[in-house]
Amino acid sequence: MAVGDQTRGARPATAASAVGSASETAGNWLVNIPASYWIVGLVLVFMPAIASGFVLYQILGWAFILGMIALSLMFLAGYGGMVSLAQMSVAALAGYMVAILGTSGVHAISLGWPWWLYVPVAIIIAAIFGTLTGALAVRTEGIYTIMITLAIAAAFFYFTRQNYAIFNGYSGFASIFPPELFGVDWRRPIPFYYLTLFCAAGSYLAVLYVARSPFGLALQGVRDNPRRMAALGFNVVAHRIAAYTFASVIAAIAGILLVWQNAQISPGTAGIPAVIDILVIAIVGGIKRPIGPFIGALIYVVLRTYSPDVLEGFGLSGERFKTLIGLGFLAVVFWSPDGILGLWNRYRDRLRGKTDPLLGEKERP
Amino acid sequence: MTSLVQRNPGWTIVLALLGAVLLWLIVAPWPAGMEDMFGRKRIFLNALFNGITLGALYFLVASGFTLIFGLMKNVNMAHGSLYLFGGYIGYEFAEATGMWLLAFVFVFVFVGLLGIILQFVVFRRMEGEDLRQTLVTIGLSVVLADLMLWAWGGQSYQILTPDWLSGPVTIPLVSGTNRAGEAVYLTYPAVRIAILLASIALGVLMWLALNRTRIGMLIRAGVDDRDMLAASGVRVQYVFILVFAFGAGLAGAAGIVGGTFQSIAPGEDVRFLLASLVVVIVGGMGSILGAALGALLIGLAEQFGSVYMPTYSVVLTFMIMAFVLAFRPQGLLGRG
Repeated sequence: MAVGDQTRGARPATAASAVGSASETAGNWLVNIPASYWIVGLVLVFMPAIASGFVLYQILGWAFILGMIALSLMFLAGYGGMVSLAQMSVAALAGYMVAILGTSGVHAISLGWPWWLYVPVAIIIAAIFGTLTGALAVRTEGIYTIMITLAIAAAFFYFTRQNYAIFNGYSGFASIFPPELFGVDWRRPIPFYYLTLFCAAGSYLAVLYVARSPFGLALQGVRDNPRRMAALGFNVVAHRIAAYTFASVIAAIAGILLVWQNAQISPGTAGIPAVIDILVIAIVGGIKRPIGPFIGALIYVVLRTYSPDVLEGFGLSGERFKTLIGLGFLAVVFWSPDGILGLWNRYRDRLRGKTDPLLGEKERP
Repeated sequence: MTSLVQRNPGWTIVLALLGAVLLWLIVAPWPAGMEDMFGRKRIFLNALFNGITLGALYFLVASGFTLIFGLMKNVNMAHGSLYLFGGYIGYEFAEATGMWLLAFVFVFVFVGLLGIILQFVVFRRMEGEDLRQTLVTIGLSVVLADLMLWAWGGQSYQILTPDWLSGPVTIPLVSGTNRAGEAVYLTYPAVRIAILLASIALGVLMWLALNRTRIGMLIRAGVDDRDMLAASGVRVQYVFILVFAFGAGLAGAAGIVGGTFQSIAPGEDVRFLLASLVVVIVGGMGSILGAALGALLIGLAEQFGSVYMPTYSVVLTFMIMAFVLAFRPQGLLGRG
């Protein structure tokens, strides 16, 4: 598959070097953190000092949430070679569970459980759903996976729209608020910003960690050559399904944050356009590295928020931002299949005049 | 056929029994007890006929999809957009000229040309990179959907049935009895019957073209081994262009059919893309017969589901797909 082919060259090298450097300076890990992490981390932590509430809540908070859902897709696609379009549905299911088990505007359905009960239950249910999706999807490979997960996502959308007993049909649920923990109103911009930042950073680091763990390395081995891994005694199917479970947990956490941010959830949350958007975000950012989805999400959210104004400035209707996003996606897929990160890598390599280690000539762009 | 029966005697008996029960359900007038349990016979017959005609429409869309996939190994995610585009321009053409039949020819040629452009600009450039092709066509479908929304707005359009096909026809099947105790016969829209017959004819023609002609032989050879076909001196690119144009044109023509007995509106592109996906997953990739079987199954499941279990009809479709995937991942008639 194309993803596998493209990533094959880059991935094992970085994974191997990371393992090597970690074992050399195991006691002194704090020094080992790259400078870019410190800079980005400090900027993000002190962002509330410079940014307005709107930027914190509607742009950065939303970008973190979409980035987490796209991250779960990136984990499956980049490390497992499985492009799953059902991750948005997993996230939406977790959001629905928050509305159904917790409190919402629809008193007839919501059960009113306390947060410490409904949050873990929502994550577990969504993870089970994601695992079942994975169990179906891993029976096939490559583009078939895309088709089947797209069909599952569509079934989820139509089911939530038809079902009134549990999912309250077309209108969904409204007035779903996060719990007032430690006397903080988590819907205020600054607390919500830190909450999403914490979850996004946590899932980013979790993906980094899992990718370098024995499980993650075996998963990358399965992506590159399932037959050889099976011959070595690895259970290929189990590794793939476990990858779906892990990715679904990240998507579920993001789904809970999403429903708290919007205070509502409806079938449209996981409609086909939303599902495609997650794919666009992951691909535009780049599915080779876990930071890609967050970059893609930031670009998407900024475009989505400001492009109507720009389009209207050119005398076009603001609704045409979808064409803009679609054209941008097409441009990325046509000219840089590994996303914005790929562009950056090539630019850097050209600056350094890096040569291919095997052929001794300049790497082709 | 006889060897198949001899190999699976158990399944043959089960299938024959099911067929007999179905035939009895269709032909015989229902006794009173049955009507209490299952509702009126008219509803059952209507669901059956609607399911079959919906299956015919799905077949029109999905057969092009499955041919393109089988031959070129690319999933054309913009297939639904071609359907919707065909519906829109078919509507415009029919409104402008008032000729319903001619609209099919026009749309078939027009959307087929669009398909040739797609094949030249997109698919030839990234041959063999199936994931990239999929992503590009997803991007294209997003852009096309938005541009069509721009051009035609959010309202739904209905293509008018020509006079000679409008109105109902009576079918010699008893649908119930009236108060006087006389048998009432089923009436059904003529245009739907016409569409059903046309799709059956088209399916048979496609089967004949694939299995009895030279070009069909080339296509089947291409499905089996593209490289070997190219190596034996056939200009594979021409075969590709032909199949792509045909599949795209068929999707466009299906748009007119869909616009006549349902309606065309934004969102229909996604619906028919998904229907094609599910039909092809159930029936088996690259198989025309599989597409026909899958389309019939999905059409029936959707209609019976919406009549007998309204809130779970989607789940029924989905269950069929999951079931097929679980026990026969290559599809019912796909080659394993």
